[in-house]
Amino acid sequence: MFAYYLDLALRSLKRNKVLTALMVLAIAVGIGASMTTLTVMHLLSGDPLPGRSGQIFYPQVDPYPTPDPRHQPWDMMDYRSATDLWSAHRADRQALVTGSALRLTAPGVNLPPLMVQMLATTSDFFPMFRVPFRYGNAWTAQDDASRARVVVISDALNRKLFGGANSVGRTLRLKDTDVRIVGVLAPWRPSPQFYDVAGGRFAGGDTSAFYSKPEDVFAPFASALEINDGGFQPFTCWQPPEEGVKLQNAPCVWVALWVQLDSAAKVADYRRFLAGYAQQQKALGRFAQADNTRMPGLMAWLDFNHVVPSDVRLQSWLALAFLLICLFNMVGLLLAKFLRRAGEIGVRRALGASHRAIFAQCLVEAGLIGLLGGVGGWLLTLVGLWLVRSQPVEYADLVHLDLSMFALTFVLAVAASLLAGLLPALRAARVAPALQLKAG
Amino acid sequence: MHPVLSALKHHKTTVVLVVLEIALTCAMVTNALFLIGDRLAAMHVPTGVADNELVWARTTGLDLGQGTALGADEAADMAALRAIPGVESVAEANSLPLSRNYLSVAAWRQPGDKHSLVDNVVEYAGTPGVMDTLGIRLSKGRDFLAQEYVPYRPNLIGSGPRTPPPTVAIVTRTLAESLWPGKDPLGKTFWLDSDGKEPVQVIGVADHLLNPSINKYQGADRNMFLPVTKVTGGVYVLRVRPDRRAAVKRAIPGVLQKVDPARMVQAEIYTDTIADYYHGDRAMVWLLLVVTGCLLALTALGVVGLSSFWVQQRTRQIGIRRAIGATRRDILRYFQLENLLIVSLGIVLGSAGAVGMNLWLMRHYELTHMPLAWLVSGAVALWLLGQLAVLGPALRAAAVPPVVATRSV
Repeated sequence: MFAYYLDLALRSLKRNKVLTALMVLAIAVGIGASMTTLTVMHLLSGDPLPGRSGQIFYPQVDPYPTPDPRHQPWDMMDYRSATDLWSAHRADRQALVTGSALRLTAPGVNLPPLMVQMLATTSDFFPMFRVPFRYGNAWTAQDDASRARVVVISDALNRKLFGGANSVGRTLRLKDTDVRIVGVLAPWRPSPQFYDVAGGRFAGGDTSAFYSKPEDVFAPFASALEINDGGFQPFTCWQPPEEGVKLQNAPCVWVALWVQLDSAAKVADYRRFLAGYAQQQKALGRFAQADNTRMPGLMAWLDFNHVVPSDVRLQSWLALAFLLICLFNMVGLLLAKFLRRAGEIGVRRALGASHRAIFAQCLVEAGLIGLLGGVGGWLLTLVGLWLVRSQPVEYADLVHLDLSMFALTFVLAVAASLLAGLLPALRAARVAPALQLKAG
Repeated sequence: MHPVLSALKHHKTTVVLVVLEIALTCAMVTNALFLIGDRLAAMHVPTGVADNELVWARTTGLDLGQGTALGADEAADMAALRAIPGVESVAEANSLPLSRNYLSVAAWRQPGDKHSLVDNVVEYAGTPGVMDTLGIRLSKGRDFLAQEYVPYRPNLIGSGPRTPPPTVAIVTRTLAESLWPGKDPLGKTFWLDSDGKEPVQVIGVADHLLNPSINKYQGADRNMFLPVTKVTGGVYVLRVRPDRRAAVKRAIPGVLQKVDPARMVQAEIYTDTIADYYHGDRAMVWLLLVVTGCLLALTALGVVGLSSFWVQQRTRQIGIRRAIGATRRDILRYFQLENLLIVSLGIVLGSAGAVGMNLWLMRHYELTHMPLAWLVSGAVALWLLGQLAVLGPALRAAAVPPVVATRSV
């Protein structure tokens, strides 16, 4: 029966080629626009650490020394709070994180000096965030403690400097310090670059910078602070620092702490530990707000920072509304198309076709239009994504159509046209056989 | 009841569909047009500097200007830059309008009185000649005098002794209004620094000077300009003959590396900086234009499709009307009137939808109220579109000969 309906649908579509083409085009444009924006949304709002993000937390304390009940913790921590919490080692894994830019030269490589981003972090960073290595390994906890002059570099930097060869053991010069490469990462492109996310509330929706590439150089926290002394910038300061004071002692926040907690009990324990730390610091007179501690999970932290740029959200809404209008349009056109054939339907009814059979036949035709529209929509989605990729935005290189979105293109197209075909098909199925035969 | 209305009652479903489609299109198109207008207006606000005559350069190699022998190098750099043919003047500034890189401070109306402070004021700083180089026009007061430039280095941590800020400043009208609403700011004093203890006198007022970044905290142009002898981590700004900009930009890296080879130089034509700042807005405007165009085309096609269907369905009735005396013009008018009714109904619903959508957008996207003019222009556009779309089918209807009435289809 389905084959027969398909045959009927094909004949019907061929009969009025212009109308068919218009309907297919309408679906294709609607699907193309929706899938382009939905794909970008899907890529930007996804989980950067699938399977691990549930165990990752972002502890916050409030080092503001002035009592103020409305005060919220800043998005980063001061050096002392962060290092105190880190050295307690109460979590399954913990990593300090702070970024800075500095000059890099590679002895023996014929390239001018580069300005690179360096992430100062601790050894747990790599296993905690499942960072993949191509050559060598992360540094060890001993390297953290002994301020070893070692670094891990990105795949991109390794390609630029050493043509992608195994560069473990080679020396780089960071500012004025020689460091030894102990590890080279495999290509690693989390979306967003979650561990650096902070201050999203203040970005006014312009958050595409959260999707930039990871740093090129990773160095042990204490070593990095010495190597690039004076090169770190505060996130904010609650009062201007005294003359000549180092950032480590300044009234500024600029270090983030990430922890991994493998069970609910450990999460509760860590929350208590954090509260206890704040109490203790209040007793010491360093904090004014002892109960102002927070510990959002990774995904909650990303939400709090509104990581998905507001323009991308707006575009998604726009595209969905657009698809809706395409559907209304299609309902109208299908209605016209089906009812125009009232005579033919009347004959089929008179020959014994049931309501249900006419209904099914009409839906098959609508579904066929949807499928054709899906092919067009898929091509338009590829064009749309190519356009997004050619934009100078940080997430441009992330944009591609993955298998799930490819499948969704067709599912959405067929589902949308079946939905649009529902009402016209019902109306067509109601055509009374006798009346049409008489009129004809 | 008018025959148009009673005829429509026989096609309730289709009428409702077209009305809804037109309403949705109306709501979307008016809001899209409003968004386009909003972004275009934002993009055309004057920066307050001589956009078409500026080239800037940043050098990063002296360890981001973290304290190594700055003075000598900078003087040599500036002399070398001035020698490039086509360069009229050179100065240093900590930032430029729309360059995204800003420093924001608090200004105090009363010394040390926390209740008097105006927060999130952008602080520009520049070296001698900076006002003329940038081409900032003052609507009141005067430029800085040579002796007013002082060695002030704002907001640097761990960089040696802090020095008090300059004692004079040029402020924008917007900053003046938030400090002293409705008063003449010239000669007035405000206070700077963490405790608000350093007095600064206003010697000039600029009507326009955009911030490095426009956002809801710092606003668009609430800023002050301070005279300094050195800018740490800033940019060299070159006032250049417009036709020489590309050549100067190409020459800068070589010229600066001749002074000190161990560094990287970035040079950019200022209009490119502006274009880069508005890139997202431009992309959005194009997108909205394409979407609006597609929507209108789609709706028009929908109207054409349905009207043709109706004309075909009513061929006999048209024939009968023609046979009993209706003119071609009457038939044409009939379909045009019918379309006008349907579209108007859609527009009424759509305008309500447009206002609702605007309110929703205002909540989520920092938009303003949509002026009524946008609704009106959206409505007019849809009326025209509807009439245009129905013209073809209506003409075909008018061409139906009266003899059809006597035939069985």
